[in-house]
Amino acid sequence: MNQPTDNATSISLVLAGSGGSGVITAGNMLLAAAAKAGWYGLMTRSAGPQIRGGEAAALLRLSSEPVSAQPDRYDLIIALDWMNFERFADEIPLDENTVIIGDASAAKKTPAFVTEGPARRGDIDFKNLSKAIPGGRPNMIALGTVGALIGLPEDALDAALSDALAKRGEDAITASRAGAQAGRSVAADMPATPKLPTPEGEKAGRWLISGNEAAGLGAIRGGVRFVAAYPITPATEILEWMSPALTKVGGVLVQAEDELASINMAIGGSYGGVPALTATSGPGLALMTEAIGLAVASEVPVVIVDVMRGGPSTGIPTKSEQSDLNMALYALPGDAPHIVVAPNSIRDCVFTTQWSVHLAEAMQTPAIVLSDQALGQAKSVIAAPADIAFIAQRETASTPAQGENYQRYAVTASGVSPMALPGTPGCAYTADGLEHNPRGTPSGGAKDHHIQLDKRQRKTDDFDYGQHWADQAGEGDTVVLTWGSCTGPVLEALENLAGTDDAARMISMRLLMPAPKDQLTKALEGAKRVIVVEQTHSGQFMGYLRANIDLPRDAEHYCIPGPLPMRPGDIVSLVKEGTPS
Amino acid sequence: MTAETAITPKHTPRDYKSDIKPVWCPGCGDYSVLGSITKAFSELNLDPENVAVISGIGCSSRIPAYTDCYGFHGVHGRSLPLAAGLKVARPDMTVLVASGDGDGFSIGGNHFMHACRRNVDLTYVVMDNRVYGMTKGQASPTTEPDWDNALTPGGSGISPFRPLVIALAAGANFIARGFSGDQNGTAKLLKEAIEHPGFSFVQILSPCVTFRPDQKEWKDDVHDATVDPTDDLGRAARRLMTDDGFNVGVLYRGEREAFQPPIGNASATVADLEGKFAL
Repeated sequence: MNQPTDNATSISLVLAGSGGSGVITAGNMLLAAAAKAGWYGLMTRSAGPQIRGGEAAALLRLSSEPVSAQPDRYDLIIALDWMNFERFADEIPLDENTVIIGDASAAKKTPAFVTEGPARRGDIDFKNLSKAIPGGRPNMIALGTVGALIGLPEDALDAALSDALAKRGEDAITASRAGAQAGRSVAADMPATPKLPTPEGEKAGRWLISGNEAAGLGAIRGGVRFVAAYPITPATEILEWMSPALTKVGGVLVQAEDELASINMAIGGSYGGVPALTATSGPGLALMTEAIGLAVASEVPVVIVDVMRGGPSTGIPTKSEQSDLNMALYALPGDAPHIVVAPNSIRDCVFTTQWSVHLAEAMQTPAIVLSDQALGQAKSVIAAPADIAFIAQRETASTPAQGENYQRYAVTASGVSPMALPGTPGCAYTADGLEHNPRGTPSGGAKDHHIQLDKRQRKTDDFDYGQHWADQAGEGDTVVLTWGSCTGPVLEALENLAGTDDAARMISMRLLMPAPKDQLTKALEGAKRVIVVEQTHSGQFMGYLRANIDLPRDAEHYCIPGPLPMRPGDIVSLVKEGTPS
Repeated sequence: MTAETAITPKHTPRDYKSDIKPVWCPGCGDYSVLGSITKAFSELNLDPENVAVISGIGCSSRIPAYTDCYGFHGVHGRSLPLAAGLKVARPDMTVLVASGDGDGFSIGGNHFMHACRRNVDLTYVVMDNRVYGMTKGQASPTTEPDWDNALTPGGSGISPFRPLVIALAAGANFIARGFSGDQNGTAKLLKEAIEHPGFSFVQILSPCVTFRPDQKEWKDDVHDATVDPTDDLGRAARRLMTDDGFNVGVLYRGEREAFQPPIGNASATVADLEGKFAL
């Protein structure tokens, strides 16, 4: 059945099945094999809320170029079973060129959107093929079939299987390789998909990493050595990666009893002089807001990573949305200047988290990092992030000269006051959430309040954020203004439009609070058209922009809630036609 | 220098007192507790800069600013995690946590249980006056169910919380009760609590003369514990469950090792960690 097809520049495919069927494992192996073969790739996870037995899918996009977004459509879908597969209908766009391969023994259970859809079909007897192999599993059959269909070199897949199963022993590796071979042997009977050419040349200097791991690494690069946290989807992988990593570099992670405890422990550790972090998702950030206000008032640096998921309330814990923006900006009691930054790619999770540690420590105030599930739980092959020089540097105080008194909250030009670390003789002070005078003594006086409000505001307003406040790309009179995980799809769209009459440029804001008003106003100079793109239902980012800069009256706005990803094709269509495709 | 002067502590209680005037009412039991705390510090001869006093919100939680040690006056109910973070990050510091019955047992109740369980080397001093003083007279978890007040007229109708029993069940390593009217006795308890490894819990009955003038009678109600402290959980449980709430002294001494994960011992570099991601 295979027809020769043109070589593609990127291939998108889905491995789907009930939770526990091993599709995520197979997806990870496929991504690792693709990386070994010299390809770039992005794997996003989509799953139901069940711990075991719900639906799960590994969504992969492989390419000879770095991949920044989920695709507009899929070339290949392999379903090990059809359980709850219809729940993915919205997330997996099909067309007449899509190939769908299902389990022959379950052909009757094929959902209507597949049988009635435009895609081409093929069936493989995953169950019986795997039964014929001692220790065989259907997911390995599928892996072999996918590899053969897309042109993945066999040795790359075999090497990835050996790496992934090294701890399980030789039998497991043999069984998986035999399964993959069985899958390869039936691939020729399937409808053809595009093949990726095997790249030549250098693949050194690349990493395979998830956004959550990248955020954890960025934190450690920045100097974080104390973490306290409570598990929550989809942030837990940050903690599970950091726990052993911190031990190795002389730090520590404490599992707290809840998020109220996590943030307070982190503040306690940082008060003691050890750069500290906690990581959570929306519901946890909601619980932390009172103590983040304490960190503002008492001027204790701390980093809070919020890996956003669909809200409100428990919402959609396993899927992505940008809807914690308002909470990160506005939820603290009182006038509470703090930092909010957002990574805009998996690779940038390293930089932005490291930068957040630098900002928090330099300004002695909390920094919230808004990542999301689409970045955090996705894995990607990336160019190794450059080493940068942002290491926690806190201005500390030493024992004052005889006759001089230490003032913890001394009024300074920058607003930053040297902080005495416990153990420093002659500097004992009480850090306080109560308003205070420069010495730290509680005060409800109007003058003290005003002076300290000014001082704290000055710290974040007058800081030099350099060029890091945003990433900018492309050229043109049209500006697409976005942030966070929407950046990847916008970048890809702009690359597709480059050189055409519809060429546009992008501003992706990394610094959200304090609002970089002057920088943004300047960056928007000359724009004839502004399109704001975000993944919320209510347009939180647009509201924030309107509140802070003189955005053109006719600025266009595209916002969709999660869990659907922003797709490059929609952005292309927005720029060309003014509406998404 | 004679042998006698050599063993005289170099620090006096005054070294640990700040010049800030407390907000407390005249006659408040907390003045005396402050005195006991500074006396215990001086008897242990701790350098003030190596001591941290951590608190939440409430009358008793004002204590850190009245000491000349490092201090943190945090948010309501969260003194224990704040203190645990400090102690784990800075094991060299002596950390004392000051709280009240509302801050410690109501809004901070969950942290109380888990701090006992976790057994970080902290001394937790709860000044218990069975009332919210700072918000002017509401029932707390240790208030008698029939105590009449504006928020729950006729009384809360809820059985009082038994903090010492909870502390034992949750795993506290040292449990004692003191009375603010006995400043020296309380200082002695605190000294022992600070020296004992792991999580030490000291409830101090500290009358509120403003909203609970009836507590002036406590001086006649308290009595020294008649039996020596035990390290036997079963005996301790029976003692604490049958206790009249006025039994003063060390009631339980455990032998659990304190929770202190190693910090500061690096065996790898950040580059080593990064190597794991390289293809």
